[in-house]
Amino acid sequence: MAEPVLEATGLTRHFGGLAANLDVHLSLETGVLHALLGPNGAGKSTCINMLSGDLPPTRGTIRYRGRDITRLTAHQRSRVGIGRSYQRTNIFAQFTALENCRLAAQSRNQRPWRIFTDALRFTDTLERARAALVEAGLGARENVIAGTLSHGEQRQLEIAMVLATDAQVLLLDEPLAGMGSDESAQMVDLLKRLKQSRAILLVEHDMDAVFAVADRITVMVNGVVLESGPPEQIRASREVQEAYLGENAEEEGAHV
Amino acid sequence: MSENLTRAFKLAALLALAAFPFYGTDFYTEVVAKILILAIFAMSLDLLVGFTGLVSFGHAAYFGLAAYMAVLLSPPDFTPASLWTLMPLAMLAAGLAAFVIGLFVLRTKGIYFIMVTLAFAQMAYFIFHDTKLGGGSDGIYLDVRPTAAIGGYTPFDLYDTVHLYFFVLVLMVLVYLFLSRLLRSPFGRVLVGIRSNEHRMQSLGYATFWYKLAAFTIAGTLAGLAGFLYAVLFGFVTPEYLSWHKSGQVLLMVILGGMGNLAGAIAGAFVFVGLQETFTDLTKHWQLLMGGVIVLVVLFMPGGLAALPGRILNRLRKEGRNG
Ligand SMILES: Nc1ncnc2c1ncn2[C@@H]1O[C@H](COP(=O)(O)OP(=O)(O)OP(=O)(O)O)[C@@H](O)[C@H]1O
Ligand SMILES: [Mg+2]
Repeated sequence: MAEPVLEATGLTRHFGGLAANLDVHLSLETGVLHALLGPNGAGKSTCINMLSGDLPPTRGTIRYRGRDITRLTAHQRSRVGIGRSYQRTNIFAQFTALENCRLAAQSRNQRPWRIFTDALRFTDTLERARAALVEAGLGARENVIAGTLSHGEQRQLEIAMVLATDAQVLLLDEPLAGMGSDESAQMVDLLKRLKQSRAILLVEHDMDAVFAVADRITVMVNGVVLESGPPEQIRASREVQEAYLGENAEEEGAHV
Repeated sequence: MSENLTRAFKLAALLALAAFPFYGTDFYTEVVAKILILAIFAMSLDLLVGFTGLVSFGHAAYFGLAAYMAVLLSPPDFTPASLWTLMPLAMLAAGLAAFVIGLFVLRTKGIYFIMVTLAFAQMAYFIFHDTKLGGGSDGIYLDVRPTAAIGGYTPFDLYDTVHLYFFVLVLMVLVYLFLSRLLRSPFGRVLVGIRSNEHRMQSLGYATFWYKLAAFTIAGTLAGLAGFLYAVLFGFVTPEYLSWHKSGQVLLMVILGGMGNLAGAIAGAFVFVGLQETFTDLTKHWQLLMGGVIVLVVLFMPGGLAALPGRILNRLRKEGRNG
């Protein structure tokens, strides 16, 4: 097996008396899409928040290509190559879709000293932003104010922004939530393409989508990893069936 | 409003300002010079409040500090200082103070940021108010205006009201152009991104603290330019220059003009001083009237003066279509 790009060991986060994550072990490799499943409140977003640097872990270690990055802040981790999307859409609502992505792309080459040059003159940044929009299926919408995009399109923009940062590790928190079926199918195709050159952690409630793209699945319940392995193993697991898949299997299709 | 119309309007305003000293009396020329200086001050604050989303309630500290520097760094024996060293030094002092204070205050957010910027400004106020450093509560005189001489050549004379007026006007235009440029650069785009959603900027890989510190330092330096010019214009400096009244007034200019619009900040300075002059003539309770105007603007003119031309134009267009 390839060397992990991102590896978390013993990752733990307490909120008061609640252990939102307890001794979670997770590893991501390039070319592998790793899905993180679990019922509402299982601790999936908490886990992503710790990996992205938005939330400091109570305990545990996070390594990026062997380097300990547990203490790095969110912006430092982004610079290292870890990009994330948010479960609750988190964009620049007043800016155009293009400016959202342009800012994302500009973060790779910030040029803060070029204070007399119009930002739009840096074509490398602009091209990267446009390419990300096209890739996420928003090519025709670049001049629309992000806040006025449809909900599904805002979800696509959320992904486009991560792509514009050229992140090598993608942490995607329910990217399909609220997307129409066409957009969803398009996004699943995109995920398949993306995983070839990147390491992806996908949190998603849409089981069809998950089993269509995941190479590895970790199931989490009440902050603890219940089981982790290839999709067939998860599908066959009695424990997972009982704790999660079984009871929800019928409803999941309609889950928003 | 269309790009061209805006530009034509700004150009006309600039021409009017350039023509003004040839028609007005020296008294009014000085009043307008004062407004232009306050416009620099307001634009510097707008960089923080309107564009970066940092509501500083202590911006007068940098204005007042530079004003004191203009006096304290001038030779004590009635020989004029050189404008070309005194002005940069005063700005440098203000910028340095903003940098150091920024290191502390930018660790806070929202209401706490407002409070600590105010607290630091109050500390600066009491340093000048309660020590003999700058003449205490009475303030201190700038005995002679600095000279613009370079070598043997003197391009203009700050004792000439018209010269001083044009010096201030040119600087105000330069500050406007500088900030407009800055805001369109990658750096400026980051500041506006921070105002919109700082958390997202961080997760995109921006060390927002340093960007904010740079903005705070630039704003302090430009406020220092305004304070320096103010000291030169009036010839004396008092602790009131650093007071929270002054910080509040410049904040009101920015709000009147419409936050996040440089031309608006300039208009805000004009309207504020204009109203102040009118109201003080009417009654000694001018602050009451001023307060009323501010409330009305905030309630009924979101976007301030800057949004006004666009609204009028929209209204006209609508009526043209209907009627
Ligand atoms: N900032 C916080 N403060 C206190 N408790 C929190 C905080 N964030 C999350 N929690 C709690 O931690 C637990 C895990 O929450 P988390 O958001 O990680 O779940 P999730 O698996 O992402 O759920 P969902 O599928 O609903 O998004 C929940 O019980 C939640 O209430
Ligand atoms: Mg979640």
